[in-house]
Amino acid sequence: MLKIEAGLIDNGDFTISADFSLGAGDKAAIIGPSGAGKSTLIQALSGFLPLRQGRILWKGADLTPLLPGDRPTATLFQDGNLFPHLTAGQNAGLGLQPDLRLSKAQEERVGEALKRVGLEGLEDRKPSELSGGQQSRVALARVLLQRKEILLLDEPFAALGPALKADMLDLVSEIVTDTGATLLMVSHDPQDARRIADQGILVAEGRVHDPMPCAALLDNPPPSLKAYLG
Amino acid sequence: MARRAQPISASPGVGAALFVAALILGTLAAVALRAEAGRGLGASDWAALRFTLTQALLSAVFSVLLAVPVARALARRRFPGRSLLIALLGAPFILPVIVAILGLIAVFGRAGWISQALGFLGFEPLQIYGLHGVVLAHVFFNLPLATRLILQGWQETPAEHFRLAAQINAGAISMWRLLEAPMLRQVLPGTFAVVFAICLSSFAVALTLGGGPRATTIELAIYQAFRFDFDLGRAALLSAVQLLLTGAAGYLALKAARHDGPGAGLDRVLQRWDGQNTSARLFDLFWLLAAASFLLLPLAALLVSGLPGLPLLQASVWWAAMTSLLVAACSTVILLCLALPMSAAVALGRRGGVETAGILGLAASPLVIGTGLFILIYPIADPFALALPVTALVNAIMALPFALRILVPRASEVIAGYGRLGLSLNMIGWPFWRQVFLPRLRAQIGFAAGLGAALSMGDLGVITLFADPEVATLPLQIYRLMGAYQMQAASGAAVLLLLLSMGAFWILDRGGRWHAED
Amino acid sequence: MKYSVFAAALLGASAAYADTPELTVYTYDSFVSDWGPGPAVEKAFEAQCGCDLKLVGAGDGAALLARIKLEGARSDADVVLGLDTNLTAAAKETGLFAEHGVSADYSLPVAWEDATFAPYDWGYFAFVHNADAAAPADFKALAASDKKIVIQDPRSSTPGLGLLLWVKAAYGDEATAIWEALSDNVVTVTKGWSEAYGMFLEGEADMVLSYTTSPAYHLIAEEDASKAAAAFDEGHYMQVEVAGILAGSDQPELAKSFMAFMVSEEFQSIIPTTNWMYPAVTPAAGLPEGFETLVTPAKSLLLSADEAAAVRDAALSEWLDALSQ
Repeated sequence: MLKIEAGLIDNGDFTISADFSLGAGDKAAIIGPSGAGKSTLIQALSGFLPLRQGRILWKGADLTPLLPGDRPTATLFQDGNLFPHLTAGQNAGLGLQPDLRLSKAQEERVGEALKRVGLEGLEDRKPSELSGGQQSRVALARVLLQRKEILLLDEPFAALGPALKADMLDLVSEIVTDTGATLLMVSHDPQDARRIADQGILVAEGRVHDPMPCAALLDNPPPSLKAYLG
Repeated sequence: MARRAQPISASPGVGAALFVAALILGTLAAVALRAEAGRGLGASDWAALRFTLTQALLSAVFSVLLAVPVARALARRRFPGRSLLIALLGAPFILPVIVAILGLIAVFGRAGWISQALGFLGFEPLQIYGLHGVVLAHVFFNLPLATRLILQGWQETPAEHFRLAAQINAGAISMWRLLEAPMLRQVLPGTFAVVFAICLSSFAVALTLGGGPRATTIELAIYQAFRFDFDLGRAALLSAVQLLLTGAAGYLALKAARHDGPGAGLDRVLQRWDGQNTSARLFDLFWLLAAASFLLLPLAALLVSGLPGLPLLQASVWWAAMTSLLVAACSTVILLCLALPMSAAVALGRRGGVETAGILGLAASPLVIGTGLFILIYPIADPFALALPVTALVNAIMALPFALRILVPRASEVIAGYGRLGLSLNMIGWPFWRQVFLPRLRAQIGFAAGLGAALSMGDLGVITLFADPEVATLPLQIYRLMGAYQMQAASGAAVLLLLLSMGAFWILDRGGRWHAED
Repeated sequence: MKYSVFAAALLGASAAYADTPELTVYTYDSFVSDWGPGPAVEKAFEAQCGCDLKLVGAGDGAALLARIKLEGARSDADVVLGLDTNLTAAAKETGLFAEHGVSADYSLPVAWEDATFAPYDWGYFAFVHNADAAAPADFKALAASDKKIVIQDPRSSTPGLGLLLWVKAAYGDEATAIWEALSDNVVTVTKGWSEAYGMFLEGEADMVLSYTTSPAYHLIAEEDASKAAAAFDEGHYMQVEVAGILAGSDQPELAKSFMAFMVSEEFQSIIPTTNWMYPAVTPAAGLPEGFETLVTPAKSLLLSADEAAAVRDAALSEWLDALSQ
């Protein structure tokens, strides 16, 4: 179970409080008005933004003092998910070995992961030689290799077209189902949320609300969300 | 807000900065402590201070202002020989002072090419001796550096931004407002600070082109204190004044520079769509021609007078050339070992202290550093035996400010753009250095290494105090040749030095950029 | 040899020589350069002393003195060679020098009575010009002419200081007026001799401050008679270059024999065409061919070491004031 106890997150401009828990293996969409702090929550969970108060627990262990790389989290950001000077294979391989000293077996696993996301044979391409969708796939291949228990998505597919975005979300869904990972994803689009999330977490008015079934949240939104959804 | 986690630590860089500061201040202290009661600063020292500040300010302003249109022309034009021109334009910067002075005078002097042409047309010869001559010479030395630093700003603007500007069909004014002005605001203060600092410690150039003792700088006053009066206390005091001025100027300029970084792009090939109309083309053409003739004519004069001297070179000159190459290689390694961690530390937010320590290298009088090191080393080791390591170290410290100006903007961009991703992948410490920081900075490392190597080749620095007759460096050998009336051979050796410096610069600079733009 | 020194320098180790005693002589750079007297002197002395002569270049004369002061009594140097009379007062004041014990029949235009420093060569400062141009006959004529001159800064250069004392010795209290009159003739002032001479050769000035012996170099080494030194009626200031033994020397006997060698025929005959100065003791064979063409000043000017030390600060500020207008 992922849990934030009496958390207060300060991103420099504003603070949000968080005190909630989410079951292991759940898929949660983080929903809320622009600027409410959705990305801030992701950053706190992934360890880029230290909590000002409170702590984060995963399966009873305290994550609060851990550096991002030591947490059981894999994160995809809005942009900058790939190193432009490294090939697709190297970018994915970073999920196994940060110093890229890959064994033969590990290289094979990288190949398999790329194949799994539909990029077979494109190991040696650099990001600038790949399409936007392919770039996202490389990042997902890396997530696969990272084998983290929690996947955090901060709208990494926002720049993709609707069909491509749907493909990616399906791929994410398959991956988390396969690996049993817990998913938290920021979403602006109710359709995306409904597509893969079973839980909805509302972030609004300086607070992270308790998760509730996604469909229920979207069908019957509280006023702050209603204004945003229109 | 708590400090955000970062993939690499600032401490090696802070350590390097402390080392540099300790070396500079330590040598100064060593000189001061050896001093007997001296006579403090007198009226003539204050006059020297005023002149030093005036000429350094004017030189820096002109160098930087003139460099902007030249850099812009180089940034948005592609033509055959462009990269060669860029490399050649760097040459004045790395020439030994005495050689550069003779080159300048061959073109701008009373009997120079321009005066001869004027005389042919019935005009008076050019009068370059005076404050304007000092500024002219300093612009000659520093315009290339300023141009390269500003050009780098243009080249580091991500291709995406130019694409964006092209899409909204930005004209010259909106290009300026959207891309160029913000970029310049970031690059110019640091460039200005570096040039100002270099000119602050000028001596032979200022005196010779200044036309006499009116043009007395602090560095000359230090020289006088040291060898005319042997007043080490006054030498240390003057050196401290020089350090303080440079440190203050550097700190203010760096404060003024915004470090918001142009943002991470995707390594697309830089392509420009702006400035395609005729007037912009003519404008750029004018600046390129003007800069090229201003900078290359004196070099041509040196080549003309020096090439016949090349066959006269004796084995000792070739040995000196080998020594200089070796010193340059060591110096470049030391430079990178200091500059890379320091640039990372600056990028990680340790700006003021580390950058100021970096710029002090320029302000430190070579004479005082040399003397201080001598005083420190003499009781424990043979100064001659340490001649080459000491020279390599001091040359590296002198080149450090330039290296930092080159590395820091890109380093900030890399940390801002990829620090988070690296951290999320647990690339902490060496893996981040090796896989991200160093490869992302490759072009800048090449440029900085090239500049460091070339500067070390050309710099006389502290070698004179430590010089062993058997292991002279090439610039020292040139002085010795001149001192022995061997002017022809000295010009030949100067050409050799020029070729070696340019070669070292070109190879390292290209090595860093071969994959990237042009 | 070069290899080993090279390697030793890199390793930070000093080259150690076994049983032969070593005599260390600090001198100025151009003395030890390939074109200077150093190589020939080293060879000749080593052939007779059964020792290793180590010549160490340390900048120019003033830098040499500064170096000795920095090193103090612990200096490795046994002999210092290359100070001139403008520096000997300060050098003596350090108390680091012992008596040289040399006697010789000097051919200097002035009597030599200094127990601490012995001369090895000398020359006259002079303005060198192109032989085909007429030259002024004294400072006043120079100041009145439109001739352009390049001079060296006395604060950073030995000839520069020599010129300062030349004008002072010739004109005394009138020196300021002379400098004021000269100020429009001075194209510029350089850090050292090399810059000034280089500028003169580039045609930047009609005359340059150098030595009466400079034309001898062009004549003998380059077979070029196009340079001449202007003879000035006030007389010419002399530079007498001297050497002395350090009291702290660990080879006092060897140092004394080097000093004796220094005024001997062998050393003295090396000097004229390597250091381009007059030998302190004219060799039996006389001066090399070509030296007879040089101007011989009617009057030799030289302030004693103490006089030079006493007037130089005042002379410098007169010079600064006159040329800073």
